[in-house]
Amino acid sequence: MTGFLQRPWIWAYLAAAAAFIATMYVSGGQGAGSLAYAALTFAAFAAIVGVGQMFVITLGPGNVDLSIPATMTLAGTLALKFMATDSSLILPGLGIALGVGLICGIVNFALILLLRIPPIIATLAASFLFQSVAIWSNRGLRIKPPAPLADFSTGGLPGLPNLALVAILIAIAAWVLLERGLAGRWILAIGQNARAAQLSGVPVNAVRFGVYVGSAVLAALTGFLLASFSGGANLNMGTEYMLMSIAVVVIGGSSIGGGSSNVPGIWGASLFMFLIVSMLNSYGLGAGVRLILTGCIIVTVVAFASKRSHSA
Amino acid sequence: MTREHLRFMLPILSLSILLVGVFYLQPRAMSYFGLNLLFNLAIPVALATIAQMMIIMVNDIDLSIGTFVSFCACVTATLVQDTPLLGYTVLALAIVGYAAIGAVIHIRGLPAIVVTLGMSFVWAGLAVLLLPSPGGSPPPWLRTLMTMKPPLVPFAIIAACVIAAVTHLFIKRSSFGVLLRGVGGNERALERSGWSIVWLKAAAYGLAGLFGVLAGMALVGLTTSADANIALRYTLLSIAGVILGGGEFTGGRVSPIGAVIGALTLTLAASFLSFLRLSSDWQIGAQGAILILVLAVRLLVSRREGAA
Amino acid sequence: MPNNDTMSGTLGVPVVALGDVHKSFGPVHALSGATLTVHAGECIGLVGHNGAGKSTLVNVINGRLEPTSGDLAFAGETPGQPPKGAQRAARAGVRSVFQELSLCPNLTVAENLRIPYRTMPRWGWRALARKTVRAALDEVFPDHGITARTLVGDLPLAERQMVEIAIAFSRRDSDARLVILDEPTSSLDAAIALQLLTHIRRFCDSGGAVIFISHMLGEVFGVASRIVVMKDGRITEDRPTKGFTRATLVDAMGHVASAATRTTSRDFGAEVLRLPNGLAARRGEVVGLAGLAGHGQAEVLADFFFSRSSTWHARRKPHVAFVAGDRSRDGVLPLWSILRNLGLMTLREHSSRGMVDHAQERAIGDTWRERIKIRTDDMTNPILSLSGGNQQKVLFARALASSAPIVVMDDPMRGVDVGTKKEVYRMIRAEAEQGRTFLWYSTETDEILECDRVFVFRNGAVSAELTGDAITEENMLRASFEMQEAAE
Repeated sequence: MTGFLQRPWIWAYLAAAAAFIATMYVSGGQGAGSLAYAALTFAAFAAIVGVGQMFVITLGPGNVDLSIPATMTLAGTLALKFMATDSSLILPGLGIALGVGLICGIVNFALILLLRIPPIIATLAASFLFQSVAIWSNRGLRIKPPAPLADFSTGGLPGLPNLALVAILIAIAAWVLLERGLAGRWILAIGQNARAAQLSGVPVNAVRFGVYVGSAVLAALTGFLLASFSGGANLNMGTEYMLMSIAVVVIGGSSIGGGSSNVPGIWGASLFMFLIVSMLNSYGLGAGVRLILTGCIIVTVVAFASKRSHSA
Repeated sequence: MTREHLRFMLPILSLSILLVGVFYLQPRAMSYFGLNLLFNLAIPVALATIAQMMIIMVNDIDLSIGTFVSFCACVTATLVQDTPLLGYTVLALAIVGYAAIGAVIHIRGLPAIVVTLGMSFVWAGLAVLLLPSPGGSPPPWLRTLMTMKPPLVPFAIIAACVIAAVTHLFIKRSSFGVLLRGVGGNERALERSGWSIVWLKAAAYGLAGLFGVLAGMALVGLTTSADANIALRYTLLSIAGVILGGGEFTGGRVSPIGAVIGALTLTLAASFLSFLRLSSDWQIGAQGAILILVLAVRLLVSRREGAA
Repeated sequence: MPNNDTMSGTLGVPVVALGDVHKSFGPVHALSGATLTVHAGECIGLVGHNGAGKSTLVNVINGRLEPTSGDLAFAGETPGQPPKGAQRAARAGVRSVFQELSLCPNLTVAENLRIPYRTMPRWGWRALARKTVRAALDEVFPDHGITARTLVGDLPLAERQMVEIAIAFSRRDSDARLVILDEPTSSLDAAIALQLLTHIRRFCDSGGAVIFISHMLGEVFGVASRIVVMKDGRITEDRPTKGFTRATLVDAMGHVASAATRTTSRDFGAEVLRLPNGLAARRGEVVGLAGLAGHGQAEVLADFFFSRSSTWHARRKPHVAFVAGDRSRDGVLPLWSILRNLGLMTLREHSSRGMVDHAQERAIGDTWRERIKIRTDDMTNPILSLSGGNQQKVLFARALASSAPIVVMDDPMRGVDVGTKKEVYRMIRAEAEQGRTFLWYSTETDEILECDRVFVFRNGAVSAELTGDAITEENMLRASFEMQEAAE
């Protein structure tokens, strides 16, 4: 039992469960199923971008991808515009979205490498560009997704939304990469000590390139799914995911200092981030309290986690 | 020509080029009202940029300055207007809070990016609690100040010069400013000479809080009302402004005058596009492109120097 | 200022006195029983080989290190509660100049004076700072050509060092009584160094005291009135300069020479590397890089490693493997287990389709735990649970387990016990006989004596190449220390 409690991701799940129970307490147990279903759906978006951000943060101090919202918006906008509600273009549309992610990731890393600027500034500057392209191509039009795609993104098996299924598959893939894959080992090594990793033959630039591209592609996929789910892309759809993506990584038990990732925690934290909102809503507390609470949780988790890494 | 001169010239050069471009496209902008219109909104941006500069000066980055300015704007438009004593107390406490965050970040060795990110939620939440929907109004004196029409030179220009001059004198000329920059340059050297890094970092964060408060007040004075999301973009703008102004992310190399010029450049870039009859869609993109361009030019310059 | 007659040999008042000072870091005795009194008007030349305890000694004097036991007394101290540590030394007028620059590169020359000058007046301080720095620079280095308004970061290395030295000698709230100079001339050219030596003499003649650490023996003989020799954490010689000749000084620094049992010379294969600076190695050869610490050996090794590896592509069969000496900076991945740390270099070699071969990894771990005797019952324990010496063994195993034909070792035996050392020497020998080439930078003489060929480094360049019977401690010391006058 103690070994179980020492897993850093367990706390995110316990917190999510507590929020779930607290919500149910108010409603008297009504709507538990629909709340769980909604939580799985919305947590899926945070989980997918969170996995990408997790790999970036794992690369070590200073590594963070601030272009996730812009990439999401751009990918969602361009893909929906391309498909133009035509069902036969769904797969090419997905291809467009992933291609946008690929390009955004390459731009990000090119700026980091060529301008030798901290990733936070590079992704920030790049996000300005992505956002502008998105605004320009969007023109205030709201193009609906093709009907089958909309059905897919809002539908699901009983008790398991399709989106959650996608996000779980991605999380499993990320977990396998991290635990079994060569690349995962290399990412973790770089995050602990980039110089030592390089002196042990790790191809540092190739790994960092892959991580930034991967983060952008996952953000693009999320943008595509989110636009399909919410009946069209809009320019603000990514905004909350900048903070969200970092928050789920931190709360999920990955080390902010890099070198230690935690895939299950991403899911726990994503569920928690949704459930805490519904809990506060059910208690009649507004957005203000929710934001303050979220902020306090992040700061506390960081302070707590860094204490642990100091003593270790 | 030393690197320092180049560092100083580059922001001035980019602002001048933009300004010439604007005047060429729209000669009428070359007037009292034209200039005031162009630069009016630059005042709060400049103040927020100075705030960000204080943090970057000690090798951190503040991701909460945008929501903090929004929060201060909300306080100014509500509490300061209704119950001045309480309002000013809250603003003073906010500054103390900022200083405390700086101290905690240093003592516990926390990553500033994540802590300020978390704090941005807190400030945003407080702002929403205060002002759930857009509204409020600035204290009359503030409104009068921000809409002042001094003879000959527009208020925006005077204000920018005053901000630049005061912060320059403090950061670059005062003996305390030297210590603050020293923290960014070589923390250990200061520690060895017996200075308390915690206090210095707290001071830098406190100053950032002070300028954040000023930015919020200036913003309300200009827009006459506040809302909880009024200044969200300032986080990114302020970082870009510091860099455009010749500051660097690490090593305590910052320039207050440059930061103000950087803020003016970013504000002007937006107007420039509208004069070009390009849609405002590209406004943000232009700001990003300018940032990338300046960083690239700077890299080329330093490379050439390295080769020479 | 005390006016004392140094010409006649009478000593001035003591500035600082150490009585039987010990300093240990865990089990390591960095300083054992140091007794030393520095008098006003004296210049002490402090010499000794790597790790002899010079830095520990001066760091105890300037208050950065608290002695484990023993007395430390400064002149002019009133009894009562003196301030502790660095503040106490600073108040007593002790100033230090170290090789690692302690200037803020983003501040101007004048502004850098503000950092140590704690009680600077608030108003008009800039004029005062400029005046003081200019005066100090003019005094120490006439015709220096440095302006007080220049940013330190824009100055070349030599001029930064000049600024730091000048600030140490500058007049401030309390005057300098004892200035500690650790390799102050390392980046100065001969003419500037001569100015410094002249100033040191002038400073001492007017009643100041100096502790001067340098690898340029010519300079030490030129400026010191007394020479203190350190060896293995002890002060072994403390005599007026007149009592030494170059030869006796080098002898005094050396270890008690252990009779080196040289292995019979072997035949080496083809040359596998030759660098522009002259460093070369043949197949199966153990090549030593000697010289005082910080003379460019580590940089040469790291550059060589980076030139033979790519940041974009991991070779299945790497050309070079690296054994770090600075474990926390270059080697250990602190969050990982012993096994994962050990397996990092061979991951690619034994991976298939991008997946780690866990069975192979465990097999390699078990093999090397046996071969190099890593003291742990479970290879999945965290790396930091091991002692320093055992962590070092893991780093050795990481490199040796790979198939790389060249192994680069950056002073890898720091903090390693004698038993382990012997094991590793034997292993290196065996591997070399199998055809592996070793590049071995070491600060310890007996390790260098294990090598087939030795390159001695001084100021970033190869100053001597020794082979066969010429590999002796004396030859190495001779090549490490500048033997000519400062005229070179």
